[in-house]
Amino acid sequence: MTVSEDESGRSRAPRGATGTSWLRSPHPAVVADREGGVVEFNDAAADLFPRMGVGSWLDGVVPGWLADAHRRLAVPQGTPHAAAATRPGGPPLRGNHDGRLLRAHPTESGHGDVAWWLVDDSDLTAAEDALRTEQERTALLAEASTQLLSSLNPDRCLEKAALLAAAHLGDAALVISPPVRNRYPVVTAVGERFDRSQVAMDPTSVPGLAEALQGFPPVPARWIDPAELPAWAVPEDFGEAPGSVAITPLPGHGVPAGALLLLRRGGQSAFDASEELFARLFAARAGAALSAARLYAEQARVTRALIAELLPPQLHHVRGVDFAGGYRTSQDTERIGGDFYDVHPGTDAGQETLAVLGDVCGKGLEAAVLTGRIRSTVQALLPLADDHQNVLRLLNGALLNSRHTRFATLVLASVGRADGRVRLRLTSAGHPRPLILRSTGHVEEADTGGTLVGALPEVPCRSATVHLAPGDTCLLYTDGITEARGGPLGSAMFGEGRLRASLADCAGLPAEAVVERVQMIAGDWVGRGPHDDMAVVAITAPHTTRPSAGSDRAPDRNTA
Amino acid sequence: MNTRTTPSTDLAATRRRLWEALGARDEAAATAAVLDAHDEGAPAEDLLLDVIGPVQARLGGEWAAGRIGVAQEHAATAIQDRVVAALAHRTPAPAAEPGDRRTPGGPPRRVTVACVDGEWHALPARLLAEVLRGRGFVVDYLGAHVPTPHLIAHLHQTGTDVVALSSSLPVRLPTAHAAISAVQAVGLPVLVGGAAFGPDGRYARLLGADGWAPDARAAADLLAEGPRHSGEPRTDPAGGLSHLSDQEYTLVTRARPQLVRHVLQGLEDTVPAMASYDDRQRERTAEDVAHIVDFLAASLYADDPELFTGFVTWTAGVLRARGVAGDALVAALDLLAQAQRDFPRARAHLAAGRDALVRVPRPSAPGPRS
Repeated sequence: MTVSEDESGRSRAPRGATGTSWLRSPHPAVVADREGGVVEFNDAAADLFPRMGVGSWLDGVVPGWLADAHRRLAVPQGTPHAAAATRPGGPPLRGNHDGRLLRAHPTESGHGDVAWWLVDDSDLTAAEDALRTEQERTALLAEASTQLLSSLNPDRCLEKAALLAAAHLGDAALVISPPVRNRYPVVTAVGERFDRSQVAMDPTSVPGLAEALQGFPPVPARWIDPAELPAWAVPEDFGEAPGSVAITPLPGHGVPAGALLLLRRGGQSAFDASEELFARLFAARAGAALSAARLYAEQARVTRALIAELLPPQLHHVRGVDFAGGYRTSQDTERIGGDFYDVHPGTDAGQETLAVLGDVCGKGLEAAVLTGRIRSTVQALLPLADDHQNVLRLLNGALLNSRHTRFATLVLASVGRADGRVRLRLTSAGHPRPLILRSTGHVEEADTGGTLVGALPEVPCRSATVHLAPGDTCLLYTDGITEARGGPLGSAMFGEGRLRASLADCAGLPAEAVVERVQMIAGDWVGRGPHDDMAVVAITAPHTTRPSAGSDRAPDRNTA
Repeated sequence: MNTRTTPSTDLAATRRRLWEALGARDEAAATAAVLDAHDEGAPAEDLLLDVIGPVQARLGGEWAAGRIGVAQEHAATAIQDRVVAALAHRTPAPAAEPGDRRTPGGPPRRVTVACVDGEWHALPARLLAEVLRGRGFVVDYLGAHVPTPHLIAHLHQTGTDVVALSSSLPVRLPTAHAAISAVQAVGLPVLVGGAAFGPDGRYARLLGADGWAPDARAAADLLAEGPRHSGEPRTDPAGGLSHLSDQEYTLVTRARPQLVRHVLQGLEDTVPAMASYDDRQRERTAEDVAHIVDFLAASLYADDPELFTGFVTWTAGVLRARGVAGDALVAALDLLAQAQRDFPRARAHLAAGRDALVRVPRPSAPGPRS
C-alpha cells in the first residue's frame, strides 16, 4: 500500500503534546472541532492538503466530500440514517482528492472534536479493479472454451465464436474463414444475431487480413483505420460507421483457422492493451476449437466415404419376395463389424436373387474390412451363383490367398419364384442353419451344412432346397443372436430354442416385422450387457390372399 | 399450420377403414384408406395425428386388453409404418439449402428426431418427423433404438439446431437422461416426448430436458417458437437427482439377477400353481419379475413412487385381461420388499405399489397366501 510517506521537513507545530505518536503516522490525520475548524494535523496531512493550517476551515482546505461528512458527523441535523454513513464502525467513506482515492475513518473525541484518519486507496482500488476485470475475463475465457469446444461441428463453432466475440469483445464481430473456391465464408454477429455469407474479396483490401488468414507465422492483433474497412466488412444492421476496428488471427493447429475482425461503435472506447491481450487469448481458443472441429469434420468425411461400402445395405422387396435385414454392432460406438449381409437381385426377371449373410471371425474394424472383401468377392462370383459349391470353393481360395488370417462362416440363399411359391436354395458354410417359419407358426431348420471358408483347402458343403408358401419366412442369422448372454437371470445364453420360440410368434408377419421382433427380443435379452455383432435377414413370401378383394395376387409393392 | 380442417366425421370414417384393413393385414387397403382421405382433401398432418396415431394407440389398448396377440400388433404396426411412408411420398420435401439452415436469429430449422437406445416403438417419433417435415423443417429421422454415441456423432456431423427424443417406457429414463445430457453437452437443446416422461412431462423436467410436448402438434409448435435452451452446455447433469446419492438405484440395478432369483424362489413357495409351470412359463415369470425390478429401479431413479404404482396397476390390468389373478404380483412385491431391508426408498415405493394393487378391485379369489 502506498501512502504519502515522504518525510518533509515542514514543521506544523501542533497544539497539545499528549500522544504525539500519531503525528509521525504515515497516514494523514486531521482533527477538527464541531464548527469545522482544524485543530491539529500531522505531517502526512500537511503534504496532502498544502493549504491546511491550524484554525483554517475544513471547507477551504479539504475536498467538499470530507468537509460535508465532518459536518454531518459533528452536527447531526438530518435523520439518524443520514449520519449513519459516517459513524465510526460504519462503511468507510471514500472520495477523490488530487487524483487519488482516499478512504476516511472518523474517530470522535467525545467533546465535539473529530479526528479523521485518511488512507490512500488509489493503488489498492486500482489493483482490485484489475483483479475483478481479470477474474471476469478468466471466467469468460473458461465459459468461451466450454462453449467453443462443446460442438465439433465447424458451422456451429464459427457461430459461437462470432457470437461470443460480439458479446464480449466488440459491438460486432466477423469470423472470416480461409477461402473455399475463392470465396471467403464469413459469419457476422451483431449483438445476439448472426448471419453467414460467402464473400468474394481480396484479403489485401483489409490491412492485416491477408497475414491473419495465413495463420503462420503468428502475427499480433493490430489496429486498423475504420476508414479503410471495405463495405462488406460492416454489418448492415451496425447502424453507423465503426469507430474502432481490430483484427486478430485465429491460430489453428498448423493450418489457418481464419481471422477475427472486431468492430466498435464510435462512442465506445477503443481497445486498450489489456483488451487486446484478451482478444488474443480468446482468438487462440476460438482458433483451436475451429481447427479441432474442421479436423473432426474432415476425418468424419473420410470415414464415411471409407465405410460406405461396409455398411449393411437397405433391403427391400425384390421380384415378388420381401427381404428385410437388421444389424447391431457389438460396440455402440461402431457402425460396422464382423457380420454382414447382402441381397443381389438377378440381372433379369427369370434369374434368382442371391442373398448372403455371414460372420467374420473377430469383431470391430479389422473384421469389417474382411467383410468388405468377402462381399465384393461374392458379388464378383454372382454369375456362378447357380452353383453354391463353386462359389464357396472360389471364395475359399480367394480368402486363403489373402494376407488375412481370419476365416468366415456364411450362408448363401438363392431365391426364385416358381408356381406361386418361393423356391430357396440354401447353403451353409459352417454357419448356423437358416430357420424356416411356416405361416402356421411351425419352425423348422434347413438341412444344409458345410465347412467354414478361409481356413481349409477344401470346403465340402450340402445345399438344401426349401419352398416358401405365402406368409412363410426364411430367417438367416448370425450366432451373435443365439449366443447373446443375458435374460432375467443375467447370464443365460439366448440359444436356438428361444430364437425358435420367438420366431414362432412371428407367424405371418411381414419380413421387416420379423426382423424387428427378433432384434428386439435379442436386444432386450442382452439388456445393457456386452454382446457380439448381431445380424438377421428375413426372406418372406408375401401374402397373396387379400380377404377384402378375394384376389390371390398382391399388388406390386415396389413403389412403396 | 393448417388453415383447412377436416370434418371429424370424415376422420372417424378413415380411422374405421384403416382399423379394418389392419385387422385383415391388408396393406393395400390400409394405404388406400389413408391416401383416399388425402385425395379428398384431408391434410397429411391430420391423417398422421388424428387417424394413424389414434389407430396405433388403439392397437396398444387392444393388446393390453388381451384382444389381439403380439404378432397381430406387430403386423399392424409394420403396415402402419408403410402407410406413413406412402403418405410421406406424396408430401414434397421442402427445398433446403445447406448454408441457409437457420434464418438469423429465427427459430431452428433443422431437427434430429430419434428414439432413445433400447426404444423400439418408433411410430410416434416417425409421426413427429413427418409432421415436422410437413411444416417445413429439415428433419433427420434416425429411427428406433439409437445408441447415444451414434446420435452425438450425427449431431457433430450435421449441424442440427435441436434434437427431439422419443421414449415410451419409463424403464428407459436413465438411458434417456444419458442421451439428454450428452446432447446438451454438445450445446444443443433437447425436446422430449413419449409416455416415458410421465403424463404431464414431469420426468422431462426432472432430467433437465429443454422442452416437453404431450403430442406431435405441441412439439411442432414448441419447435417453431425456438428452443428455450440458452445453447450453453450444462455443467451439472445431476440437477434435481440428488436422491441418487443414496445409491439405491445403482444397487437395485446391479442386484437385478439376484433379486429375480430370490423372488422366483419365493413365488414357488407361496404360489402353488407355479410348481406345475414348465420351463417356458417359468422363464416368462422370471421376465415379468425382471420387469418389476426394472420399473422399481426407474421409479427410484425418478424418485417417484407413482411411476411404480402406475406400472403395477397397469400390469394387474393386463394380467386380469388374460385371466391371471393378481395375487402372484402382490406376492412378488412382498418378496422384493423383503430383499430391500436397507433401502428405505425402495421399500416405500414397493409399499405404495402394494397399496395400489390391493385397492384395485379384483376377482374375489383370495389366493392361498400365508
